[in-house]
Order: sequence, then structure tokens, then C-alpha cells
Amino acid sequence: MSTERNRYTEFRPRWYRPRMSTWWWLKRWSSLAFILRELSSIFIAWFIYFFLRLIHALGSGDAAYREFLAWAASPGIVVLNGITFAFVLFHAVTWFNLAPQAMVVHLGSKRLPGALIAGANYAAWVVATALVLWIVSR
Amino acid sequence: MMARRSIEPLVWILFSVGGVVAAMFVPVLLFLFGFAYPLGWLASPSHAHLVAVVGHPLVRVLLFFLCTLCLLHAAHRFRYTLYDGLQLQHLQELILLVSYGGAIVGSVAAGVILWQFG
Repeated sequence: MSTERNRYTEFRPRWYRPRMSTWWWLKRWSSLAFILRELSSIFIAWFIYFFLRLIHALGSGDAAYREFLAWAASPGIVVLNGITFAFVLFHAVTWFNLAPQAMVVHLGSKRLPGALIAGANYAAWVVATALVLWIVSR
Repeated sequence: MMARRSIEPLVWILFSVGGVVAAMFVPVLLFLFGFAYPLGWLASPSHAHLVAVVGHPLVRVLLFFLCTLCLLHAAHRFRYTLYDGLQLQHLQELILLVSYGGAIVGSVAAGVILWQFG
């Protein structure tokens, strides 16, 4: 494949390909925000690992559950979870703010205003949070 | 003649659904089990209560979807982080294997843990 591409021809055209720095996204806040949002993926994956450890501990008995809580309280895990929480909130807020652009809802011939759709998403967020709180801490 | 179908639209739909699920449920779960209970901000629920909650089949099915959708969402986004952020388009096959392969392995692990619960 690469030998095919590199074969010598007398009149090889020279392509115009400007080199992009690996750090192109540091130049503007909007592109930095884009990359930070992309990086939230790593922290969501970490949360699922953390959560599955909790489920596994719950299934292994009361002592394992206490051990999990003690492990989760260790400084390294608290710091990692703190960073994770910031990224997850950033994901949630940017996701809900983008919702009006992804979801175009028409009522009759009128398009529902974006603020209403974003508001509905935030309202659903409050309901979901309250529901989890109620189920877990009852 | 069979049209060539692309899996991309399906992957984007799963990405969006996973994004909604992650935004709705991960903050509160992480707040409770990452800070409030381990650090004693709130009294942690008893083991018996949590086992009763997770032991319910419907809860386990929902938790399986939570894990799988979040992992697929994360895999898809991570794939594009590598493509766009680090400009690694030429490593396409390896990146697909690592990101979606990781999500599939994680989902299977979630399924096993939830299936064997209790």
C-alpha cells in the first residue's frame, strides 16, 4: 500500500497540506471547550468502572460494601472523583444547552423556542436526580 | 443489488442516548457514592436496603442499560478525541478496536456482575 503511494513518477503533483499542530485546540476557548468535552468520555468510563465496583461489593456482603466506602474515601480516589464530577457536570450542562439545536420540535406550524427545550431537559434532570435520591436513600 | 449499509447512524444514535443517560444519572450517583456516603456528608444507606434495590430485576436491567449506553457514548467520543484532538486518523482500525472493543468488554463485565448479583 505505502509502496504504491510512494512510487516515483516524474510529474508527481505536490499536495498542499498545511501542517496542523497537535495542540491546535489550545488557541481558542471554543476549541478548548470542545476538546475538554471530548475528554469527558474518559471520566464517564472511569465512573462506570467505579460504579461496577460498588455493585460487585454490594453483592459480596456488608463487609465488602464498607470496604468499598473506605476505598472511595481514600485521597487519591476522592481527587479522581472530584475531577470526574467536574467533567461530568460540564458534559451535562453543554449537552442540555445543545439540545435545542439537536431537537427541533414543531407545534402545528410554530417551532418551539430553544429555551423551552433546554428548560425541559433541565427539568427532567431535576426529576431524575430526585428520583435517584429517593430510591437510594429511602 | 444490495445497498451498502453503514453502521455509523446507529453508532451516533447510541452516542446520543448514552449522552442523555450520562447527563441525567451520573452526576447524582457520583455525588452520592463518590462523596456524600464515603466522606460522611450523608448517612450511608444500609447494605440491606441497597441489596433490596439492586436485587430487583427491573433495577438490574436499567443499570445494565445505564452502563452499556454510557460506555458506548464514551467510546464514540473517545474515538473522535483521538481522531480530531491528536489527529490520528491513520490509526483508524486500532482506535476502533480499542474504543468500541473496550465498551463491549465493559458491557459484558457489567452484564456478568449484574446477572450474578446477590
